[in-house]
Amino acid sequence: MRWFWIDRFIEFEAGSHAKAVKNVSLAEEHMHDHFPGFPIMPTSLMLEGMAQTGGILLGKTHEFEHIVILAKVPKITYHSWVSPGESIVYHATLNEARDEGGSVECTAKVGDRLVAEAEIVFVHLDQSDPELGKIDQKNFVFSSGLLDILEVGKAGDGT
Amino acid sequence: MSSSEEIFEKVQETLVDALGVDDEDVTPEATLVGDLGAESIDFLDIVFRLEKNFDVKIPRGELFPENLAAADAGFVDDGKITEKGLSELRVRMPHANVDKLAEAPQVENLQDLFTVEFIVKFVENKLNQ
Repeated sequence: MRWFWIDRFIEFEAGSHAKAVKNVSLAEEHMHDHFPGFPIMPTSLMLEGMAQTGGILLGKTHEFEHIVILAKVPKITYHSWVSPGESIVYHATLNEARDEGGSVECTAKVGDRLVAEAEIVFVHLDQSDPELGKIDQKNFVFSSGLLDILEVGKAGDGT
Repeated sequence: MSSSEEIFEKVQETLVDALGVDDEDVTPEATLVGDLGAESIDFLDIVFRLEKNFDVKIPRGELFPENLAAADAGFVDDGKITEKGLSELRVRMPHANVDKLAEAPQVENLQDLFTVEFIVKFVENKLNQ
């Protein structure tokens, strides 16, 4: 399985905000364990979706010059759950974008229903940083693979 | 201009949000790392929140200087901060209680410079600029 927790951007305003969609499907293996007889999208993976939406938004402000790492989630609240067949829209708003890192506020909605809201803090790391080797790559918000979402996330009608 | 008390209350609120601690834990003498459990990443979050709450700009390294204990700068010798290091701290952190650190200048005590009062004084000075 690829570590992609958003399917496509539907809005991307560099330096301001971004919206991404995640379509939840019963074909996803983990849904059958989470939970047997009551499949719902794991909240931790919704956080990952919000971090990917916000992390790419932050990364773009420096043209992906830095590695963006999810560093801290000062606040997160889940209000509801998401079932297969539903589409989550993550809406990230950039609060801070500095050389050393940044932060976003993010919501997750299904239609008008608010599912989750979070504040996420990221730090930047550079390839040359001696600390780089010590960090598990799973903490990287995006890799070149995930960035392809920015390129391929177009609908059949070209929008 | 805000009074010291107003600034303290806002700093208190900032730290409660950033560190998930209770109001009553955030006393002027509380240390960020030792008493309030801050980790390095929290410093960045605190800077973001102070900027927003007080509408000030805090350039990188101004509130929380980086590389204070860098080995090659001659600021540390045998696990203790040297006189040269202490003088540097007085310049870079004019609002910190460096005199207290000088009484027991072990490197591990360096983090105790970051107290709630230190942040209040820093913000106060920023607002007066």
